Amino acid sequence: MWQSFVDLIHTLIPWFDGGLADVVIILIKGVALILPLIIMMAYMTYAERKVIGYMQLRIGPNRVGPLGLLQPFADVFKMMFKEIIFPSKANIYLFLLAPILAFVPAVAIWAVIPMGEGFYITDLDVSLLYVLAIGSVGVYGIILAGWASNSKYPLLGALRSASMLVSYEIVIGFVVVTVVMIAGSVNLNTIVADQAGGIWNWYWIPLFPMMIVFWISALCETNRAPFDVVEGESEIVGGTHVEYSGMCFALFFMAEYINMIMMAALAVLMFFGGWHSPFEGVPYLEAWFTFVPDLVWLLVKMSFFLFLYLWIRATFPRYRYDQIMRLCWKVFLPLTIIWIFVVGLMTQLEIGPWF
Amino acid sequence: MSEMRNYTLNFGPQHPAAHGVLRLILEMDGEVVERADPHIGLLHRGTEKLAESKPYNQSIGYMDRLDYVSMMCNEHAYVMAIETMLGLEIPERAQYIRVMFDEITRILNHLMWLGTHALDVGAMSVFLYAFREREKLIDCYEAVSGSRMHATYYRPGGVYRDLPDKMPQYLESKLRKAKELEEMNANRQGSLLDFIADFAANFPDSIDQYSNLLTDNRIWKQRLVNIGIVTPERAMQLGFTGPMLRGSGIEWDIRKNEPYSVYDKMEFDIPVGVTGDSYDRYLVRMEEMRQSTRIIEQCITWLRANPGPVMSDDHKVAPPKRSDMKDDMESLIHHFKLFTEGYCLPEGEVYSAIEHPKGEFGVYLVSDGANKPYRVKMRAPGFAHLAAMDEMARGHMLSDVVTIIGTQDIVFGEIDR
Repeated sequence: MWQSFVDLIHTLIPWFDGGLADVVIILIKGVALILPLIIMMAYMTYAERKVIGYMQLRIGPNRVGPLGLLQPFADVFKMMFKEIIFPSKANIYLFLLAPILAFVPAVAIWAVIPMGEGFYITDLDVSLLYVLAIGSVGVYGIILAGWASNSKYPLLGALRSASMLVSYEIVIGFVVVTVVMIAGSVNLNTIVADQAGGIWNWYWIPLFPMMIVFWISALCETNRAPFDVVEGESEIVGGTHVEYSGMCFALFFMAEYINMIMMAALAVLMFFGGWHSPFEGVPYLEAWFTFVPDLVWLLVKMSFFLFLYLWIRATFPRYRYDQIMRLCWKVFLPLTIIWIFVVGLMTQLEIGPWF
Repeated sequence: MSEMRNYTLNFGPQHPAAHGVLRLILEMDGEVVERADPHIGLLHRGTEKLAESKPYNQSIGYMDRLDYVSMMCNEHAYVMAIETMLGLEIPERAQYIRVMFDEITRILNHLMWLGTHALDVGAMSVFLYAFREREKLIDCYEAVSGSRMHATYYRPGGVYRDLPDKMPQYLESKLRKAKELEEMNANRQGSLLDFIADFAANFPDSIDQYSNLLTDNRIWKQRLVNIGIVTPERAMQLGFTGPMLRGSGIEWDIRKNEPYSVYDKMEFDIPVGVTGDSYDRYLVRMEEMRQSTRIIEQCITWLRANPGPVMSDDHKVAPPKRSDMKDDMESLIHHFKLFTEGYCLPEGEVYSAIEHPKGEFGVYLVSDGANKPYRVKMRAPGFAHLAAMDEMARGHMLSDVVTIIGTQDIVFGEIDR
């Protein structure tokens, strides 16, 4: 279907020898990815407020539209019409660059995230490395924001995020190494394809501790509770966001939520068989559920992880910044390194169906 | 390379963890606090001065507004000072009502503390769970005085009126389904005492719920254990009282050591801490809520069995019944005199202290024999606690400052007065 669509565009735009047509196709692909992503992000904020609301004996937004379903749009309009205030001593260029630097990598990562069998923007051979690389660029946005605001609370937030995110990137890197060792590939498509054949083939079983480590690190990478010290509402009053208003703030906000969705997607792709049905290999059930498209399975699994974000946020108190660092360097890092050896042994001795 | 310097951080007065209008000047070395300098006075309303220009009874309302999360306890100290000066006998039923509402107030205060403390440390949900119970207690305030916060319920000579026989119920509304309404009114069918009894029966479960979320939570422990340690000796030198002192391991409670009202007839335990850190103070306060529930239950039993007057019949101080005024000349005169001139206290001075939820709340009252106090001075427990901020916060990190503010249970109404 996609191919016929491409051909159609090539026939509609015949001039420039197909060059312009390719550009148009790329643009269409981009929009087709970003638009649903933004809508997902918008409704993630809605879900957050609703879910946490019900967990806390409240109702959450219910005024705008039926059940408050239009609340995200109201928020968007509010943000768009708010004045962007520049602190008088801020470096305006860096101040404006920071939200862009936070937002662009968050979206750019999605170029390599496959959402179904052969359903992706690009099939990069080193897609997992690309995810790690672009993911770490996002940190610059937060650090720059803290620096450019020329204010003390943002600076504290930036200092915290700089050390925290960089440390946890190492942990995530090691976790990814274990996944790569099992799959024998850095390509997300191959990694998912390798997990085909039922729930027992997914990597969460041999990599169970790594999955936990990954998820906790993901919370940390996305600055979510209980690791939200960068924002630290009751400590540093919003950290790097203090001086930002209007769309500048919205960009940070969107980047955070898109990163959350990305981390959930990554967890599913690496540990939970991506778009594979959990009923593969199960008699009857497999046949009954064949009509469910790949994308739906992926989204269902992702929703679980997104819900986890909210559940954890409603439950736990916030860590102190040095305790987060201790957790990273003294617990997670040794654990991941040990597990790399364990996985190495398992691969050599060919234990289980995974290797 | 330029010399590295400490920097100062203005923590408040507009800060989510400032508990009102605390302004802390923090001298920071990176994230570590080198010096904490609390600035107060942003909520100063001149209560002490205002009280000098008003007849005694008219200042009771100001007492509510001192520590505005434990209203009736403040009233108690003030009213008790006047009663001591007058040598007034108070009906026993009024004493029991006062003790019951003192303990309700203690739970109110501790729930507020628990919620905000948890919120400061980052656990959002506890705040709303605490307010669920708080709402019920505030309804008790409303049932008995007509006001949800600033009750002005205690009066010299007793309490303003007896406990109502009927607990107010939620009314029909187009936003509520009939079944929902029935559920909401289920525990409001009887009298106020029935409602409080129902609360006291269920409240320990609610405390368990808060404990489940916090007490053994590793993050909660990491944030509280060994934060803001105060040794017993130091706690006494700093003038700590209440849970702050008991958290350091000193068993001092005015309710037990110098019982007032009918506390000597009550059976309750005083929890004390061991290390004097924030976690101990947390445990002490949690246990205090359980003990308060015990006291409330004892009061309910007594109050059910013993009806009687709740106001002294000395009409020089306490107003006569309105029905009497209609055909009794003397009552009418008493009423007129009381509500215009007030009453005069004998010359002298008095200090009356109670075990306020936050510590020792005292009222020092000097009278020159007029119908107004010559001088009123409040001894606010929070003031002494806040003064120790520097000592408690020094060497800790910024996040711990927030924990320490929470554990001190500061309310600016009483500190700034």
